[in-house]
Amino acid sequence: MIRVVLPAHLRTLAKVSGEVELAVEGPVTQRAILDALEARYPALRGTIRDHVTHKRRAFVRFFACEQDLSHESPDAPLPDAVASGAEPFLVVGAVAGG
Amino acid sequence: MSQVRVLVGTKKGAFVLSSDGKRKQWEVSGPHFAGWEVYHVKGSPVDPNRLYASQSSGWFGQVLQRSNDGGKTWQPAGNRFVYDGVPGTHQWYDGTAHPWEFKRVWHLEPSRTDPDTVYAGAEDAALFRSTDGAQTWEELPGLRNHESGPGWQPGAGGMCLHTILLDPADPQRIFIAISAAGAFRSDDAGKTWRPINRGLKSQTIPDPTAEVGHCVHRIAQHPARPAVLFMQKHWDVMRTDDAGESWTEVSGNLPTDFGFVIDVHAHEPDTVYVVPIKSDSEHFPPEGKLRVYRSRTGGNEWEALTRGLPQSDCYVNVLRDAMAIDSLDSCGVYFGTTGGQVYASADAGDNWAPIVRDLPAVLSVEVQTLA
Repeated sequence: MIRVVLPAHLRTLAKVSGEVELAVEGPVTQRAILDALEARYPALRGTIRDHVTHKRRAFVRFFACEQDLSHESPDAPLPDAVASGAEPFLVVGAVAGG
Repeated sequence: MSQVRVLVGTKKGAFVLSSDGKRKQWEVSGPHFAGWEVYHVKGSPVDPNRLYASQSSGWFGQVLQRSNDGGKTWQPAGNRFVYDGVPGTHQWYDGTAHPWEFKRVWHLEPSRTDPDTVYAGAEDAALFRSTDGAQTWEELPGLRNHESGPGWQPGAGGMCLHTILLDPADPQRIFIAISAAGAFRSDDAGKTWRPINRGLKSQTIPDPTAEVGHCVHRIAQHPARPAVLFMQKHWDVMRTDDAGESWTEVSGNLPTDFGFVIDVHAHEPDTVYVVPIKSDSEHFPPEGKLRVYRSRTGGNEWEALTRGLPQSDCYVNVLRDAMAIDSLDSCGVYFGTTGGQVYASADAGDNWAPIVRDLPAVLSVEVQTLA
């Protein structure tokens, strides 16, 4: 299972607590994870990536295995540790006050 | 026993304030959607337990929430706001072309006849409509595609469609207002639109009497007299008696005619309320005195209402969607401030008291009068 850590506001919106576990078929990529995440939690559609273009929202980042993957291709394979569930895929709100 | 329910949108969540018809003791529920900006919450006139809320965030974008039980519980609804066709460009602040980009919903206006139909006013300015209880949204593109659209420019708060008035007498007629394009009217249920800004004068645009480009802050209407509209513009309080064909200034003796809110008494169509704000560069009440001004003559002659409102060292703002009026016999008036106070008057503005003092900055206030 793929482990996904959501920021607090999106956990509230999706009505989940803690990590989300997702089954992803085929290659484990950002796109595959987000497709599975939005299919399970439709309220998250549009909050992480654009409804139409699927472009990542400007203030959202993707981290895993101590790397910033935000600017990787959404179709690039994610690290094996994410695919195996050893490490989570983190959706992070960019640090800013207010 | 009558009840009122005040729906408050703030910079950090929504609150529901409830009271009986005396409007002395209040129950406060919230924050709902804690930490998110809630630009507007409004209930259906047909089914008062059906509420819609616009929740947004700079990080995570737009979320639409719906309640079927008067705000006790909420369910996320559809948030796919996509402009019809290729949206093109409008003017940026410096006059250059800028692509139309959806940012958030400023205002929700539920239908007068169908609880599942609701209109949404967006930034960048566009009008959307849902007919399935906010699950799906479609733009009414005739407005944005008006020939003047490429020349519209944002006000300081963004290019927002902030006012939607569904005419109570003519279901085909809709009024909207955009900062800083001006007011528009449709007489065919939103298919086609025309600007209704004749009589407005704005020194902030190259041609002060141009057909579009005016920074209209808010328009109010009394249901018994729908062709009469009152407008708080960037500067100037205005009135039309012919559904926007022509406007005349009714600022009269106001200490300043800058401001954001304007509203009309529930039972007296010529009784109008504004909250004067010092200027466009100093968004707080003149002299540090928070005063609501009331005209009982449809404008021009205004009296200051001060009892119970701070009369020294008050430097809050009252934003454009942050005033509402209930329809009890003794009409209640409510407004919220950027300092987090929501003030209520149960006697048409003569006396005021805060319902709450320490909410996040208030973005919007609506009130429902419940049987």
